Amino acid sequence: MRAWVVLICALIYAPFATAEEIVLGLSQEEVPITVTFDGSEILVFGAVKREAPVSADSQLHVIVTIEGPLAPVRVHRKARRFGIWVNASSVRIGSAPSFYAVASSGPLIDVLSHTDNLRHDISIPQTLKTTGAASDSPDAESFVDALIRIRAEQGLYQVIPEGVQLDQDTLFRTSVYLPPRLVEGLYSTQIYLTRDKEVIDVYETEIDVKKVGLERWLFNLALQQPLVYGLMALAVAGVFGWGASAATRVIRGG
Amino acid sequence: MQIYLPIAEVSVSIFLVLGIGGAVGILSGMFGVGGGFLLTPLLFFAGIPPAVAVATGANQIVASSVSGVLAHLRRRTVDFPMGLVLLAGGLAGAAIGVQIFAWLSRTGQVDLLVTLCYVVFLGLIGGLMFFESLAALRRAKRGKPPKRRKHSRVHNLPLKLKFRTSGLYISVFPPLGVGFIVGVLAAIMGVGGGFIMVPAMIYLIGMPTKVVIGTSLFQIIFVSGAVTVMHAVSSQTVDVMLALLLILGGVIGAQFGTVLGTRLRAEQLRILLALLVLAVCGKLALDLLLEPAELYSLQTRNLGL
Repeated sequence: MRAWVVLICALIYAPFATAEEIVLGLSQEEVPITVTFDGSEILVFGAVKREAPVSADSQLHVIVTIEGPLAPVRVHRKARRFGIWVNASSVRIGSAPSFYAVASSGPLIDVLSHTDNLRHDISIPQTLKTTGAASDSPDAESFVDALIRIRAEQGLYQVIPEGVQLDQDTLFRTSVYLPPRLVEGLYSTQIYLTRDKEVIDVYETEIDVKKVGLERWLFNLALQQPLVYGLMALAVAGVFGWGASAATRVIRGG
Repeated sequence: MQIYLPIAEVSVSIFLVLGIGGAVGILSGMFGVGGGFLLTPLLFFAGIPPAVAVATGANQIVASSVSGVLAHLRRRTVDFPMGLVLLAGGLAGAAIGVQIFAWLSRTGQVDLLVTLCYVVFLGLIGGLMFFESLAALRRAKRGKPPKRRKHSRVHNLPLKLKFRTSGLYISVFPPLGVGFIVGVLAAIMGVGGGFIMVPAMIYLIGMPTKVVIGTSLFQIIFVSGAVTVMHAVSSQTVDVMLALLLILGGVIGAQFGTVLGTRLRAEQLRILLALLVLAVCGKLALDLLLEPAELYSLQTRNLGL
């Protein structure tokens, strides 16, 4: 609610802007991963701020991208060797987003030119191209396609062509579902405003996805004090094993 | 109800994990095995990353072994000297197995090795156990007593020790070797190795059946414990949250299993276990032999260079 108030104030008090600009609101700036985390819906909404009246000769479009932390991936391909299926070849992709969603107010091909896609790395294949697929293998492309296909099946790569609703060329909103299989980190969120397939304004913000509470504590302990963590795991196992035995005896005895 | 696992970084259904733990618990109660050989593949199917499944499986086995060994201690069916000798071999094997596992993780062949180990060992043990139990059933029908095993040449190697509880006077090398091999497998396959250890103790070392399970559980506690800590330190793949759920399910399952176990005869139990082992083996073998639906897979952990 407060976000809407801020937004409306911005609309009123910024009458001197020369071009069309984005004013943004997010439903959440943080996504806490708790013990019961099973995915989260992120609402991205905002308005287009402008001085001149809405021009009628071209259509305004909005593209929203959310990109998770980048990490290297190795893509393996199986082949039949000695009668069994084994990982026979692989391509290392230097850095690929762990999550990527593109929502737009129309099919991407209709709202964005090839040049501007190259310039801003908006579409999924384009963002992977620039984040560095090692192209030493002749058919590296099929490995990149496989990466996109597998992550799309897991809901990690999403293309939502009609996902952004744009009202009266001014107010826009979209919701993106973050699946439970989420890596923590800063999720960079970009909003692009396009006219005639060209980007006329960009707005950037970040969503912080992080483990909290017990999840945070266990994760940190496992990484920073692996020995303590391992011994703790053993202690837990020992106590429960003993407890089970004792409980059985009580039940059988009584 | 979903729960997010902090180390595996996936969200799974609590009931699915409790169910897996419970199913494995029923087995361990019925047959006196840890059930690790079934636990790890089931966790793969549930979508847990293989590296996490293997390391966490080891942690769960510690709990079920502690619980099992306490019952055997009360019945005085644990041969401590034998357990310690097996343990010495087991720890050495586990240390090497964890290194092999970490190295294979980096080359991307770890899934293949784990699956191959499962197919070979499950097939071998399952087959042996099946035919042996069939023979035992026939013998029981004809009413002949089972023949007593004699010492073979390996038992007469130097460094002989008296194992009072087992009633054996043999060299330490056969148990050391058995312990070592099971230790390597425990680290690679995420299993306690009971399903290999138990037949090896009966057929290779010649221990009497009544002390085999207790002694095997006794040494499995320490080998699995060491494997857990080594995996936690070398690859940070032990998920305590997952382990806790598996243990809870296992504890409940084991109670049902024990009751079921007392209603069946030993030979019938062994045949059932053999069939189960062969079924898991067959499923895994088919996965290797048939063309997979998705030829590609992603690896994001332990990439090395």
